[in-house]
Amino acid sequence: MNLKRIFRKNLIACFLVFFVLFNTQLVAQDGKVLFNTKCASCHNVFKSTTGPALGGFQEKENGKWADTKELLKWVKNPAAYMANDAYTAGLKAQFGSVMSSFSDITENELVAITTYINQTYEKGPGGAVATVQGSETEESPNKNVFLFGVISLIMAIVVVVLMQVNSNLKKLSDDVEGILTPEPTPFYKNKSYISIAAICFFVASGYFVSNGAIDFGRQKGYQPKQPIFYSHKVHAGINQISCLYCHGNAMESRHAAIPSTNECMSCHKAIVSYEKGPKLFDKEGKEINGTAEIEKLHKFAGFDPKNPSAWKPEMAKPIEWVKIHNLPDHVYFNHSQHIKAGNVQCQSCHGEINKMDVVSQFSELSMGWCINCHRDTKVNFYDKEKGNKFYSIYEKFHNDIKSGKMDSVTVGDIGGLECQKCHY
Amino acid sequence: MSDNKYWQGFGELAATGEHEKRTQNEFQEDLPFEANNEKGWLDAATPRRDFLKYLGFSTAAASLAAGCRIPVKNAIPFGNKPAEISPGVAKYYATTYVQDGDAIPIVAKVRDGRPIKIEGNELSVFTKGGTNARAQASVLDLYDTYRLTHPKRKVGDKFEEVPTFEQLDELIINAMAGVSNPVLLTSTITSPSTKAVIAKYPSLKHIQYDADSFSGMLLANETCFGKRAIPSYNFEKAKVIVSFGADFLGTWLSPVEFSRQYVQQRKLKGGNLEMSKHFQFESYLSTTGASADERITHRPSETGALVLALYSVLDGSVSTPILDKKQKASIDKVAAELKAHRGNALVVCGSNDVAIQTIINGINELINAYGNAIDWSTTINCRQGIDKEMNELVDKMEAGQVGTLMIYGANPAYDYHAAEKFTSALKKVKVTISFTEKLDETSELCTFLVPTHHYLESWGETEPKSNHISFIQPTIHPLFKTRPYQTSLLKWSGNTNDYETYFKQYWIEKLGSSAAFDVALQNGVLESVSNNSTTGSFNKSGFNVAVASISSEKKGGNIELVLYQKVSMGTGKQAGNPWLQELPDPITKATWDNYAVMSMSMAKEILGIDLVKGKEREINKYEYFPEKPVVKITKDNKEIELPVLILPGMNANTIAVAVGYGRTGSLGKVVEGAGKNAFVFSSSNGVTTEYFSRNVSVTNTGKKYKVAQTQIHNSYEDRKEVVKETSLASFKKDPDQYKKFRDDLAKSYAPLTGDYRKEGTLYPDHAQPGLKWGMSVDMNSCVACGACVVACHAENNVPVVGKSEVVRYHDMHWLRIDRYFVSDKENADDLKSVVFQPMMCQHCDNAPCENVCPVAATNHSAEGMNQMAYNRCIGTRYCANNCPYKVRRFNWADYLGADSFPNNQDQKIVGKLDPVVHQMNDDLTRMVLNPDVTVRSRGVIEKCSFCVQRVQEGKLNAKKENRVLIDGDARTACMTACPTEAIVFGNVHDKESKISKARVENEQRLFYVIEQIHTLPNVNYLAKIRNTDDVEEVEHHEEVKTEAHH
Repeated sequence: MNLKRIFRKNLIACFLVFFVLFNTQLVAQDGKVLFNTKCASCHNVFKSTTGPALGGFQEKENGKWADTKELLKWVKNPAAYMANDAYTAGLKAQFGSVMSSFSDITENELVAITTYINQTYEKGPGGAVATVQGSETEESPNKNVFLFGVISLIMAIVVVVLMQVNSNLKKLSDDVEGILTPEPTPFYKNKSYISIAAICFFVASGYFVSNGAIDFGRQKGYQPKQPIFYSHKVHAGINQISCLYCHGNAMESRHAAIPSTNECMSCHKAIVSYEKGPKLFDKEGKEINGTAEIEKLHKFAGFDPKNPSAWKPEMAKPIEWVKIHNLPDHVYFNHSQHIKAGNVQCQSCHGEINKMDVVSQFSELSMGWCINCHRDTKVNFYDKEKGNKFYSIYEKFHNDIKSGKMDSVTVGDIGGLECQKCHY
Repeated sequence: MSDNKYWQGFGELAATGEHEKRTQNEFQEDLPFEANNEKGWLDAATPRRDFLKYLGFSTAAASLAAGCRIPVKNAIPFGNKPAEISPGVAKYYATTYVQDGDAIPIVAKVRDGRPIKIEGNELSVFTKGGTNARAQASVLDLYDTYRLTHPKRKVGDKFEEVPTFEQLDELIINAMAGVSNPVLLTSTITSPSTKAVIAKYPSLKHIQYDADSFSGMLLANETCFGKRAIPSYNFEKAKVIVSFGADFLGTWLSPVEFSRQYVQQRKLKGGNLEMSKHFQFESYLSTTGASADERITHRPSETGALVLALYSVLDGSVSTPILDKKQKASIDKVAAELKAHRGNALVVCGSNDVAIQTIINGINELINAYGNAIDWSTTINCRQGIDKEMNELVDKMEAGQVGTLMIYGANPAYDYHAAEKFTSALKKVKVTISFTEKLDETSELCTFLVPTHHYLESWGETEPKSNHISFIQPTIHPLFKTRPYQTSLLKWSGNTNDYETYFKQYWIEKLGSSAAFDVALQNGVLESVSNNSTTGSFNKSGFNVAVASISSEKKGGNIELVLYQKVSMGTGKQAGNPWLQELPDPITKATWDNYAVMSMSMAKEILGIDLVKGKEREINKYEYFPEKPVVKITKDNKEIELPVLILPGMNANTIAVAVGYGRTGSLGKVVEGAGKNAFVFSSSNGVTTEYFSRNVSVTNTGKKYKVAQTQIHNSYEDRKEVVKETSLASFKKDPDQYKKFRDDLAKSYAPLTGDYRKEGTLYPDHAQPGLKWGMSVDMNSCVACGACVVACHAENNVPVVGKSEVVRYHDMHWLRIDRYFVSDKENADDLKSVVFQPMMCQHCDNAPCENVCPVAATNHSAEGMNQMAYNRCIGTRYCANNCPYKVRRFNWADYLGADSFPNNQDQKIVGKLDPVVHQMNDDLTRMVLNPDVTVRSRGVIEKCSFCVQRVQEGKLNAKKENRVLIDGDARTACMTACPTEAIVFGNVHDKESKISKARVENEQRLFYVIEQIHTLPNVNYLAKIRNTDDVEEVEHHEEVKTEAHH
């Protein structure tokens, strides 16, 4: 009896483990969702934007990209790949920036994305038409899933019915043969069923609870309403104002700092209305009157467009912006470290901010996210004339590079994964 | 074999069982779980079922909380950003720390508009960037919640707010109309422009009064040299230094400057075996006495006799007073040394007696000190008060001859020898005005309160030494409705300008252009140094009077009393500063109180406590429990009750009490219950104030009083290799004794390779591919001033825990200065030496703390630092238990409000915290916090981080400028604060760095604390050498063997 119980317990435990493992692998790879979250900020299937158009990319370079392994290498660490590949290096020259690395992407996910890209590309560049009426074609994979689901449900019912039939028949035959059997318990009182259901419930809720707990306090996608509808798209995108024109503090300080009201006024003394730009819409799709937003700024600044010469910078009052990127107090982050010393692009962490009308948090700003980047990112290692002279003292690495033991030095190599890089 | 015993407390000296027991436990108590009873977890008041209940509740609460929205945070930029401010980047402004006459050129670190840290100004030729504890702590005074926030006037018994300064001016001018004889009473003012403002005020009489008066010296110099001034001293030029009660390394005149000069002759760099010889005659154990090579104790009333005896041995024209044998022998020895080093010797005296100082001048003339170690071409201006003038003022006030009394800086109601007389005389003055930052004993009695700026909000300048100007510029907009007192004087004397304008005009005119003025402000200092020291013209005219006066000196009674200043508290002007109150006194290691210090023999006599041969229980009771016996000290009709601390090295017939305590409660909750006012025992001899009593009676009250001491909090389990100290003679005899010990270690533990580092352990070695940080601490240069401890407080947001928590061993100092007494075991009262050892995390490369942490919250960096990740720490405290250096601190409570739940600071289970902890958590006070350092929460361990935030900043600056890191890019707060360069920090991989040089140049004194346990510390010490002739045998061979069994 005891043995049996132990056996049963172990079985349940095994079942549990399998379920969890299985569950994570079974997550459906939805190519479109993956494309939109990971790629769409820089890539389009049909036209080149920040990055090259992806349609038909597998045919380029003699079909080299059809090999998922090769593709994976590139995507996981573009900087490293580029060092030995003329084509991608050429792309960098063409587009001016290196693709951000996606070190956590899996092969399955990559296949799903490629499939999506190929499917979309085949449908042709009438994409706009296709998307409008294409809800049918687009949702066909979902429909398949639904179909499979219905079939499996029917099969499951058939199995249950057959099992019932089987047990009834067995009971009948037992009755005939005079073997005494207990009354069959209905399935809702069957302990095996109940325990299986309970375990399923427990595992499923555990999965969601732990995922939720990990994400607790993280604000990826946070897109609050700001006191003024300030569009980065209009400023940094359409008008090509450099990020550092307003956030120049990022070059010398830990804070990127939001420009003061009088800094806004250095342009908006002259620009008093929003005329030529595209129509602006807020999150809910409501149209925004750009000129009215500029007037809001003028109100904060105490500026009267009718009497511009009366304005003095001292009249400006601060604007209470809603902070989007928040780090916990025990994290030390320094913008200048990344931008000036590390040459990291703003977009690497903040996303395609020059395309956002309303800014949202692009990265999850979690420790894992930081660490992964520190693992992969190479420092500007000093090598004779090139690189940052600070690193010239790392004799061991110089020797290792010379002897071919290592090909590059990452942030992690010089202590970038240590606690006291960020926590003190 | 030497008989020397190195000990921190009497329990250790007598090797009691209690001592043994306590050394076994890192923590003297368990975590405050409710289940801490004998019955165990399951039967506790909160059994398992409750635990499950709480678990369920917290899960539910967490899931509810998960559904809540995260509070919206705002980012508010400037409306109109000043061009010179970039958020997050610190700016440094040269200014000057001023407290009464004391002035130290400093640089204030200003982050986002608020000063948060004081550094020394390295451009100053006389401090060379040195600071002291009080200057370091002064930034906290700026954010004191008890500062006066607006002008007030007294109506009836209470102060009422006056809304504007205009109204106040009108009130005061009206009040002063028709009142004659205005007097301005201040502490010493060294600012030329302020003196010019005072001179402009019509018929204003200016009296300067110092709480620690130097009138005796000023008047003696007037007699001998015709100048009422103090010449500058250069201890660097003296091979023989004799001090009669002058605590010149701690509190006497200009200690920052003097300690820097003093250690130059004691560093023994690069195989040099010559060092200066320092004799200290004193009645109590001062920090200067602790650093001296030879100490001779005497009663305070005997100072004159000793000084005269020395003079007579040197000159012979006066008759020698009667001395006891030991004193006579010492005087002869000192005289011989002085004679041998004529022109290279210096005698200083802390007495405030004109006659004694006259004789001292005579001695210095005989040994040719003038023109050499004493220079009359530059004078020290930081004490100018003449006691007699103050006495006359009080008499005049009493007679109703003073119409208006304005007071700035002086606080006679607290520190005047006849404070009661002053208080009653003040009532006879028609208009009393106090310019003050905080309501103190004197301003409480005045009619008008005119709040002044803190020095960090002020314009001005000081001239602590002649031709050494140090400028003051504001580092923050005034926090409250305050005004410089100079502006008030200008306004009331009919001038329309404020002081800022006046000051700028004054200096632009003097310097020729506003560009020159800007340069001077930027540098902070304007110093013209004369290289030719002058002798002054000495005349002996006052001599006979002085000799006669000393010869007729009354004999002291059975017990004499001497007043002294602590390095932290001075005369008590900054008593409201929690950092200073919690800074342990270097000698007694006591915080938050003053007390009566007495010798072991006197304690035996009065209290019946025999700490050497007494019963173990008796020793333990005194040593290990904070409740100290209380005595009543009576002199004439004045009496105070004080707890007793027993110290070796005290004069057997003298008790010593520190001044500066027992301040009024209006200075803040900080001073409540912090000691008693000992100034009541000061008296006047008719000409000058005496800070001792010839006869007091001391009786045991039988009461007990808790004193929060830190000396026994951390113990080394009898490992003897913690401090290394020896005499110069034995060091000369065997200069390689410390090196030999290290070589022997390699022989015993690394027989194969001889590489102790790699072979002496099972653990793999940490690699440091680029930088490796290290620190060197020179125990010969450390004078225990405490500047580093306070600097560490300010830089690293180290919390103030309050007296009740210090009593519970919960002090949080990352850096402590361990004090060891050196004496024979049998004769502990006769101290041979005192060793100060600044002790902080040793950043071991093979750290015992790292491998016991269950969550890897403490681990090693690639730059040789022992890292501590607070947010990872779960508070098991295994690391602290396993740390052989006892440098890890546990946050028993949420001292700094990191958790943002207010009741976290006041729970029953952590014990009620002192009000000062809450005061430190005020929004205003918290402005002093360093935004680059995490505020630690309850339940985590913290410790010295090698100021990693500074290291990271230094590296980042180098990277941004595309250059190699150079020495000095990263310096720890303790290093920059140190006036004597005792602490050196830097990259040891850089052969040109100061740290590398310190290790090479001092190879023979270099040692690592308890190196034989193979912790491989990154902090090394340089052994203390005292300049005496006794030769001690070395016992290191035995040490290695015994430790090997541990």
